[in-house]
Amino acid sequence: MEKFGFSISKGRQIDYEANDRRVADFIYEREPSFRLCIECGGCSATCTTGNLTKFSLREIHILIKRGENDKVREDIKKCMLCGKCTLVCPRGVNTRNIVMLAKQAFIKSDEYAV
Amino acid sequence: MSKHVIVIGGGVAGLEAAGQLSKAGIEVSLIEKDSLTGGHLNNWYKLFPDRRHSSEVKAYLDGISLNDRIRLLTGTTVEKFHRNKSHFSIITDKGKELSADAVVVATGFDLFKSEKKEEYGYGIYDNVISSSDLEVMFRSGKIVLQNGTVPKTIGIVHCVGSRDEKAGNLYCSKLCCVTAVKQAIELREHLPASKVFCFYMDMRMGGAFYEELYREAQEEWAVNFIRGKVSEASETIDNKLVIKVEDTLAGRPLKMELDLLVLMAGMEMSEGGKKIATLSGLTTGQNRFFSAADPHYGSNRSNINGVFYAGTCTAPMNITETISHARAAVSDVMDYLKESN
Amino acid sequence: MQFDPFVIPFNIGLYFILIYVVVRSIIWFRDLSRPDKLRLQRGFFGIAFVQSLKEIFLESLIHRKILKTNLRLGYMHMSLAFGWFLLILFGTIEADIFGAKHLNAPYKAIFFRFFNPEHGRIGFEAAYGFLMDLILAFVLSGLFLAVSKRLWSGVVGMKKTTRLKTTDKIALTSLWLIFPSRLLAESFTCGAYNSGSFLTGSLGSWLASFLPAQQLAYPFWCLYSLSLGTFFVLLPVTRYMHIPTELFLIFMRNSGIRTGDKTGSFSEVETYSCSSCGICIDACQLNFSAGITNIQSAYLMKAIRNNDDVSEIAHNCLLCGRCDQKCPVGIELSPIRMIQRRLDEPGNDFKNIYKGYFRTRQTTLQEKPITSVNYDFLPGTNPEKADVLFFAGCMTHLTPAIKNSMVKILDASGVNYSFIDEQGGVCCGRPLMLAGQDKEARELINYNSQMIWKSGAHTLVTSCPICYKVFKESYYLDVEVLHHTEFIKKLVDEGTLKLNFLRKRVVYHAPCELGRGSGVYDAPKELLKHVSRLEKNKFEDENSLCCGGSLANMKISSQKRNKIAQDAAAELTKDYPDILATACPLCKKTFSSATDAHVADISEIVAEALIEPGIKKNIIKQNSTIKELVKI
Repeated sequence: MEKFGFSISKGRQIDYEANDRRVADFIYEREPSFRLCIECGGCSATCTTGNLTKFSLREIHILIKRGENDKVREDIKKCMLCGKCTLVCPRGVNTRNIVMLAKQAFIKSDEYAV
Repeated sequence: MSKHVIVIGGGVAGLEAAGQLSKAGIEVSLIEKDSLTGGHLNNWYKLFPDRRHSSEVKAYLDGISLNDRIRLLTGTTVEKFHRNKSHFSIITDKGKELSADAVVVATGFDLFKSEKKEEYGYGIYDNVISSSDLEVMFRSGKIVLQNGTVPKTIGIVHCVGSRDEKAGNLYCSKLCCVTAVKQAIELREHLPASKVFCFYMDMRMGGAFYEELYREAQEEWAVNFIRGKVSEASETIDNKLVIKVEDTLAGRPLKMELDLLVLMAGMEMSEGGKKIATLSGLTTGQNRFFSAADPHYGSNRSNINGVFYAGTCTAPMNITETISHARAAVSDVMDYLKESN
Repeated sequence: MQFDPFVIPFNIGLYFILIYVVVRSIIWFRDLSRPDKLRLQRGFFGIAFVQSLKEIFLESLIHRKILKTNLRLGYMHMSLAFGWFLLILFGTIEADIFGAKHLNAPYKAIFFRFFNPEHGRIGFEAAYGFLMDLILAFVLSGLFLAVSKRLWSGVVGMKKTTRLKTTDKIALTSLWLIFPSRLLAESFTCGAYNSGSFLTGSLGSWLASFLPAQQLAYPFWCLYSLSLGTFFVLLPVTRYMHIPTELFLIFMRNSGIRTGDKTGSFSEVETYSCSSCGICIDACQLNFSAGITNIQSAYLMKAIRNNDDVSEIAHNCLLCGRCDQKCPVGIELSPIRMIQRRLDEPGNDFKNIYKGYFRTRQTTLQEKPITSVNYDFLPGTNPEKADVLFFAGCMTHLTPAIKNSMVKILDASGVNYSFIDEQGGVCCGRPLMLAGQDKEARELINYNSQMIWKSGAHTLVTSCPICYKVFKESYYLDVEVLHHTEFIKKLVDEGTLKLNFLRKRVVYHAPCELGRGSGVYDAPKELLKHVSRLEKNKFEDENSLCCGGSLANMKISSQKRNKIAQDAAAELTKDYPDILATACPLCKKTFSSATDAHVADISEIVAEALIEPGIKKNIIKQNSTIKELVKI
């Protein structure tokens, strides 16, 4: 789009109605502990990838929940599944399964797209 | 014939209950496992939110509980607990048998054992201490590191052993936040050159004048608040602590070097309380504290008729609440004794 | 010629199953990889063949392994398998000796009594008849147990039995009908002709006393033939396919064929060899601690056979390996589960799994740039040169007591070492592998391999059994890989480390990845014996429990993990030891929150026992590596 000299500026708002929360629903259904996150950031603090890149598991959580999937789609591939986040999570969120499910959901949504 | 009540636990709740019972003309036996009464109050320096000295409250409690209607059995634990109709008999570790018409359980709380959160390094690194260790330092007036030097940067970790599924405690201990703020102010007061950082998940300032204290900490004492759960601490060769946390509001991981790390240990059902529970058959809840007969209008009554609860053996409470709870227990005891007459 | 139409169902069934098995085995052989084909050919003419015959006798007929773990269950399997085998064997001999001619069609042996109703009244014939009755009684006793097991699994000492699908139920019914109908058919015939031995003879004459034996015999011979025929025809679509398949499995295994990383003939043979005996279900902690009762290996095998979606089952497993150890058929259950996990990953090209991703030492030494797709952010580093590398592992960073103890021990030993992930390293790759994501894992493996090679070290020590297993199995390093227990043991044996004896009673929990996973049982135990009083417990070595913390299970909730941890810790601390020792940071962490007992890693115990604690070495360099690396 931008090539043609105009751009659609989306604004900074999260457009809750317009956003696609199917990825979140997909995860909620299969991993109920996804709901338990309180955004404490323990996972992102201990995360190896998170200390080297912009990857933040906490942020990924909240973005998926709000349907802001675009940033997550690529970022989530950086996870090494080492499991430190699961170990420090005070809410017992099954973080690794959420990463796995999110990856799956993105692959699925890519298949159905076009 | 005058009635006799046994109070188990000589902390704030136990002393208040014993004092009020004796005022009402009841004979009281007060069993305390330590050699001194006062419980956790003995270790504390100043109290929130007004930062009055803990000894003032201790003096009040001693005042109402030191009288000849109260028989003090310090350094004593309960070994057997029997109920025979409306009559209770307790055998102590010293073999003494006590009998009573009612029992008040005031076994209080234990602080969460911080070494259980190994990632914070309590008991492993030299300069990781718990909130109660810090109170001892305040009392002694010497806030120094293991090597004798004065700390310059100090971190305070909230929610250690509270709201933590991994620690087995899902509940909020509700007093650690305000304790952290109080201690942060005191640290700044004692060490004006120091920088203090509080690492919190949520600031739960629900009591009277708590929020005001929080404001004071920011405004007058320049305490820094960073929202994020500390995931781990490590030690450098020059004995500094490095903590990892996500500054969730900035959305970036944050690494910080500290001289001293203070862990805000949460409140748990006391070991003594657990023992009483097994001896007596009193029921405990999922949070391991004693479960009240009714959460709204029966928080002092138990599943055993004639056994009553006072204070933090049922849930985390501050001193004000504990004293109120103990008085309410006494009111229930008096009703019970009247009815069973 | 002796013939009767009632034998037709049996004949159809028998020839069907014989042809089916032959065709199936030809397909299996065809689908084997070239090396495996060669192995099998070599095995056929070698000692493997003899070994296999012996194993078939001991395991497929006698069921020695089941007998060892559970006597009643073993007897049930033995009486059915071995008894039936004897019945066929001696029945064939009987027909051969006493029949009209030699080399009879199989049905003549099976229905011998029908065609020779007056046989066996005197002498040798009677003695032989007695033997046949005895074998039949043996089989029937097993059948009685099997029926009781279905109704009430406790009869054979099992807590759980597998659930059945419809075809299994039909096959099971026909199987159950075979021997009682044979008994009744023979008894009626014997009753009518006043022949037969202690079982068929007595039962026959009693029945004949109030029933028309002559007329009733025929329907039961029909039922006998029909149930045999039905059973044989249904065999390929039921779990009873394990009967012929197990013979192939034993032969293939003895020829040196292993499961490997991808689906193939062997894993298929293994899958069909599962008899759903349920021993894996009883061994599984997810079953007896966490109450998850639908994911055990027997169910996985069944789901694979039925072509069901096994993704959920495959991932909901701790991969502790307890079932692998207990499986009486010796099926490599965990590797098969891993294959299913890999299949789940889209775009996993199994044919190239090794070629593309496993680098040899040579190619890496040429310092090709790492072409990392997912982890291109990993910093390129030059680790310091050292003889010994210490790789703490991710989990160890959350258990600083282990980290500190290892530093203490390494300092005391005086070896020239480098703490490679002091500032937090890159994951070893095993967790990704456990999730079936081998390609991603290979990127991390390549990255870490370079780090290790560049350091020039000859020994790699790790505190984490998860890392240990992947370093050993998937790294292709030519450095010596040691778990810290092995390394410390070596130092103690050499005399480099001097340790005090601590007056403490210790119980050792063998971590899954170290014990069953890598076969390291002795080093940790000997080390503990060296410094403390090591106490016995019910769950040692191969029978060790899982702490519940396993990274292999993606699906289990934290509550269920806790339940497993609490149960396991309670078992281990039954005799109130001073220390519950383990050799894995994850086990330590999991147990710490599940028990009030003191949980410690062996390294901590050793560090406490050190006679001359070393002087703290300056292990943090001034130009802390990580600072240069960060590029955001």
